[in-house]
Parts: sequence; structure tokens; C-alpha cells
Amino acid sequence: MEKESFQPIQRNFLSYQRLERKQVGFWQDAWYRFRSNKGALLGAIFIICIMFFAFFGSSFSQYDYYSQNLLEVDQGDSAQHYFGTDSLGRDLWARTWYGAKISLLIAFLAVALDVLIGVTFGGISGYFGGRVDDTMQRVIEILYSIPNLIVIILMLMWLEPGIIPIAVALSITGWVPMARIVRAQVLKLKSQEFVLAARSLGASHRRIFIRHLLPNTVGPIIISVSFSIPSAIFFEAFLSFIGLGLRPPQASLGVLVNEGYRYLQLYPHQLLWPALLISLIMLGFNLMGDGLRDALDPKMKR
Amino acid sequence: MANQSILTVNQVSKVFSLSRKKQLQAVKELSFSIRKGETFGLVGESGCGKSTIGRLILGLYTPTSGTIRYRDQDIHQLKGKKQQHFRQKVQMVFQDPYASLNPRMTVMDIVAEGMEIHQLASGKQKREMVYQRLEQVGLQSDHASRFPHEFSGGQRQRIGIARALAVEPEFIVADEPISALDVSIQAQVVNLLRKLQQEQDLTYLFIAHDLSMVKYISDRVGVMYLGRLVELAASDELYRRPLHPYTQALLSSIPVPDPRQARQPKRVLLSGEVPNPIDPPSGCPFRTRCPHAMKICAEVDPTEIEDTPNHWVACHLYT
Repeated sequence: MEKESFQPIQRNFLSYQRLERKQVGFWQDAWYRFRSNKGALLGAIFIICIMFFAFFGSSFSQYDYYSQNLLEVDQGDSAQHYFGTDSLGRDLWARTWYGAKISLLIAFLAVALDVLIGVTFGGISGYFGGRVDDTMQRVIEILYSIPNLIVIILMLMWLEPGIIPIAVALSITGWVPMARIVRAQVLKLKSQEFVLAARSLGASHRRIFIRHLLPNTVGPIIISVSFSIPSAIFFEAFLSFIGLGLRPPQASLGVLVNEGYRYLQLYPHQLLWPALLISLIMLGFNLMGDGLRDALDPKMKR
Repeated sequence: MANQSILTVNQVSKVFSLSRKKQLQAVKELSFSIRKGETFGLVGESGCGKSTIGRLILGLYTPTSGTIRYRDQDIHQLKGKKQQHFRQKVQMVFQDPYASLNPRMTVMDIVAEGMEIHQLASGKQKREMVYQRLEQVGLQSDHASRFPHEFSGGQRQRIGIARALAVEPEFIVADEPISALDVSIQAQVVNLLRKLQQEQDLTYLFIAHDLSMVKYISDRVGVMYLGRLVELAASDELYRRPLHPYTQALLSSIPVPDPRQARQPKRVLLSGEVPNPIDPPSGCPFRTRCPHAMKICAEVDPTEIEDTPNHWVACHLYT
């Protein structure tokens, strides 16, 4: 190599400061990681499909979920009734998707309440610390030590079963893990220097919580949500199965499983479809939750 | 105005209770004052209370006893508007440029936050001011839409400086602003701090453990050991004639870029570790490691005396 083949490049201070890398925000980065996880993507597609059918599935069929037709009871799959009919001649396609919609609504509502209570409670507990934290943690421990099934059963005996009462009953104890996650995050974050910087700038508690602590807690919250939704659906199905859920002709997946299982030996398809749907929803959310955890909290893995 | 002190720390102590019996005395009866426009350096080993005093001055901690007065007002008694005014005029530059910027906020939001809190500007004017601050610290205005993780340590530290400057402060506590940076970047940041000081008439409290940098930037230097100030003098004076054995040891630990000089047996080497501040030694805190320890050192805690004008030292060798 000749010395002359090298040319010095002029470089000034400002060009040295230039960022060449394409701008990638936190969510773009998370999406990139999520996308590369095949299982998670599959789970997300499952959930999107199920939600699509849950909200629009009834328009693919001429039947509704409550009309009885005693001339067409306990039919198998056909071009008329895609999933067959139940013992009162109601179309199972319509009932299954309607049930899925109700189950999802209950789960979303319950988890939304969990987030609302959990973030507030956990946030206050972690942020103020000290005696406030001690007291609030004892409340959580007391609540956590009561078997939640008993609380929920009592709640549902007191309230009329319906979408909102079931969601409320589920979130009465369901917010505790969320509060713990948020508290742990806030405890970790509040002593970090960027929070001290905000305090020394004179930021109010509200501002610090909303602008600094909460955005850094969103990842774990979303992860927790993606695991609480399937467990809420499962719990709702369980409640309906033991007869504490919605009353017919209202349907949820649990109600349908409960009705189908009585005729299991004669007409197994009446159990098959709602049970399959519950399984797919659970699987979908769990796969997606795994992917979200890797995508939003990359430090946990690798 | 030139010699008027802007900040006075008077007999300040800070005790952290670790448990019912264990108490950590982070800062003990510390007194000094900082004049307007000067740079006051504070040096000492890790865990000697340097950062604690910085946070006390910012009002992030409340002192166990003693007062800190800023422009003749006790900063821990301030309320409402006066407190907000203080929070605007006194700012901090943090040690760790990776922890001191919120990872979920853009540089724009980070720098603008103080302006929003103190309602200095909004809308287009605010954006213009942020660009101006960024350029002032040697960054470009198109960096404003970026997130902190896209920058290097030195750049992040300059974002932190821009955030402090955004609210037009008078006094900046720089808590080891360069110790987490590469040596080549350290000079850059220190020079930036000096440039800004001249431009905006700032007063600095510069906390560090690197004596050579402190010498470069400071007008006066205080040396801390176990929560106490052991020596305080003008920067040149301290380096020319260190009195306290601890200061001598610190100064001789600065690497000398001359092998012949470095080989001379003048170095003062300290043995042992810093005593546990939970259980400090009796008398002079330095006696356990001091090459000149005497009988009196274990018995009496030395008080600060003015050896020569404006050169204070707390050591029994000079009483």
C-alpha cells in the first residue's frame, strides 16, 4: 500500500456529533423484536381472528344467539348451522361467537379495572414509601390471603350476575398482582437520577408520576395485562361452569361449555366448539404475552 | 458583589437511619460558603458524603441539623412560590449520564421540562429555546427528536447540562459530572462547563474525586473525609502547599507524566480502607490511616483552624 493512497478526511466537531443511525423509538424497537418472534405473531393472529369473529361472526349467519327452533334441536354441523344447534335449537355458531364476545368483554373490563386500581394503589404505595407503603402493603396481604373464590362467590351472590358484576367480582382480588408489579417498578425508578432531576426542577408529584414513572412502567403493565386477560377468561368460564355466571339465553364461553357438557356423550360437538375456542384464546394470549415480555423487557432475556 | 457569598452551608449534618440501632453519619458539621461566580470544588473518596451534601444543597434531602442558606434564605424553610423560584435558580448536573435522562422522553421533552414547570416558554418559543440550548452545549437542533439511548455518554451529559441550563439557573451543583466519561470526553465537558460559566455568570459546586480536573476548574477546593471537611483553600494554594496528611496523600496519588519525577520517593501511600461511616473512629476520623497519627488524634476531634489566611485545615499537626 502506498502512503499516498490514503487521504485525510476533514472532520469538524459538529459532523462528529451527527447521528447516522435511523431513528428508532421504543415502540418501533419493541415491534421489531415482537415481529421476529414467530410464536408471538401466531398468538396475535389467533387473537385478532377470534376477536373479528366474536364481533362480526353473527353476520355470517342468518341466526341469532337466542331464537329457539324446536324443530331443529341437537343438529350436527351443516350448511345452515355451521356449528350445529343446541338442545333448544339455537344456532351454535351464533351462540359461540356471542359467548366469545361476552367472555372477552368481561375479561377486558375486569383487566381494565385491575390496571386502574393496581396502578393507582401500587403507584401511591411505591412512590410515597415509608409508613404509607407499609400500611398499603398490609392491606394487599390481607386481601391476598383471603381465597379469591370465596370473595367472588359472595360478591356474585350479592350482585345480580351480569357482565359488569362478574368483571367487578374478578377485579376485586385481581388487581393485587398488578399493584405489586407497579409498586416494584416505582420503587426501582423513583431513586433514579432522572427522577431526582425532575424533582430538582420543581416537578410536582403528579408530574413525576405521570411523565416519568408511569411511562417507564408501561412495559411490565402490558405484559401483565396480556397474562391476566386469559386468566380472567378462564375464571369467568369456571364461574359460569359452576353456575355462578350469566343466565341463559345470555351466553359466555363458560355457559356454553356448561350446557354442552350435559350432552357430551350424545352430541360432543356442543362442547367441542366453545371448549376449543377457550383453549385457543388462552393459547393465543399466552403466546402473545411471552412475545411481549421479550419485546418490551429485553433485559430479562439475553 | 464579587466576594459576596451566594450559598452558605452552616454546621450541616445528615444522619441516615439504616435500622433502629444503625445510623450512618453521611455529613458531619460541615460549614463552607460559596461566592457568587466562583467554582467551588469538593473532593474526597467514594462514600465520604460529597453527593449527600450536593443533594442537601438542592433540597432533595433535609439536613438532620444545621442550615443551608441560599441568598440569605434557609432553603429548607422555603414554601410555594419562593421554593419554586429556588428550584429554578439552583440546578444539578448528575453523575451518571445513563440514569439521569428519562429513557422514554425525547431530548426535546427532557430539555423543555423545566421550562414547562416554571412556565418560561411554550409552543414555538419553547422549541426555539430548546434548540438554542442544544447548540449552546454543542449538539444539533435535529437531535431534539431523538431518545437518550441514541447518544454517547458525553453527548448525554451535555443533554443533562442543557436541561439544567434551560431554566436559566444561577447556581449549578455538578455531582461528579465527568467521572462516568472517557478521559477524552472529560475535558470536553469541563471546557463546556467553563465556557457556560463565563457566558451566563454561573456559580458552580463541582463535586469530584479526580483532583487534577478539580484543580483545573476550581477557584477554591474543599477536601472531604468521612463526612467532614478536612481542608479548604484556594485551588493553587492547596496544590502548592497541602497541609492535611490526607490532602497530601490525595495529591501524591495524581499520576505524574514524568517517570523521573514519579520515581522519587515522595509519594504518600495510604494503607487500609476508609473506616465504616456507621462506626467511625474516635477523635480525628483520619487517624486510622494517617502516617502522622499522635496520641491526641484518638482523643480529640480536631477543629478547623485558619493556618494562613483563607487556608483552613482540621488537623492536630497545626494546632
